[in-house]
Amino acid sequence: MELDNFVKNFADQFEETDLQLVHAGTKFRDLEEWSSLAAMSIIAMVDEAYKIKLTGDDIRKSNTIEDIFNVIISRK
Amino acid sequence: MNYNPFSLAGKTILVTGASSGIGKAIAIECSKMGAKTIISGRKKERLDDTFSLLQGEGHKLILADFQEEEGVNSIVNNLETIDGVVHCAGIAKPLPFQFINDSVLSEVLKVNFMAPALLSQQIVKGKKLNRNGSIVFISSISGILCSFVGGAVYSASKGAINGLVKGMALDLAPKGIRVNSILPGMIDTNFLKDGIITQEQLDQDKKRYPLGRYGRPEEVAYAVTYLLSDASIWMTGSNIVIDGGYTLI
Repeated sequence: MELDNFVKNFADQFEETDLQLVHAGTKFRDLEEWSSLAAMSIIAMVDEAYKIKLTGDDIRKSNTIEDIFNVIISRK
Repeated sequence: MNYNPFSLAGKTILVTGASSGIGKAIAIECSKMGAKTIISGRKKERLDDTFSLLQGEGHKLILADFQEEEGVNSIVNNLETIDGVVHCAGIAKPLPFQFINDSVLSEVLKVNFMAPALLSQQIVKGKKLNRNGSIVFISSISGILCSFVGGAVYSASKGAINGLVKGMALDLAPKGIRVNSILPGMIDTNFLKDGIITQEQLDQDKKRYPLGRYGRPEEVAYAVTYLLSDASIWMTGSNIVIDGGYTLI
């Protein structure tokens, strides 16, 4: 459930992206709307919603949305 | 031959934010140009390190954190009469605009804008800055010339400094006190290396500089020592851009 919620929060950071394309296994770099601003928004969203401070490097090392979720879980 | 209009010999200069980056380089250059240098910063160990790199004698160190209520006072209370002050203390906190909040705004504006403004005010009001003194702010090209992704709050704080410089320069001219700022482009320091922006992004960004690289801290320091010296005695209210050509394109 928590993962689903994270995927929803992740998807919330995008405007144009078809939500059907955003699920736990999505390779977020393949999303057309992905950018450095999007990465920064994900980090800010995680800080706000989960009180975890991710780094740009955490995002860089992740491939799928679930990978990022797992980083958050490991820091909780 | 001793001719050197850029000398700081006989001057006492206060440098805030001297524990790292641009502030550290400025403190060291000031000492090399002959100034008695008073350095302040919030991290004792790193400030000690800067202190050990100062050349010559008579330097002083003051621990102060601008995020604390007492930050500005702890400097002013420990200050003798000086000939110049360089405001380098600063923080970035990159954050996409839709995530900014009261606490980030307060924190960044306090350290980057309020503290240097109030420190200057207290130094001047307390008559601790000699006639012909020089106040130098390290602003940024971000603010009045450009910004960067997630840089709204930082740019606001730096843009505010540029306005402050103009007004201060006018009000302090009768006292012979000059007020100027430097607008650096990205300088190779650890400033943005603590998280949200990756090394990859920085490497990419570097390529956008016509002169092909980020600046070095001492390349800002050279301009600062000029503004502190009597060579710039007729210069006030200026914002000097040092950005490797970044804002040309």
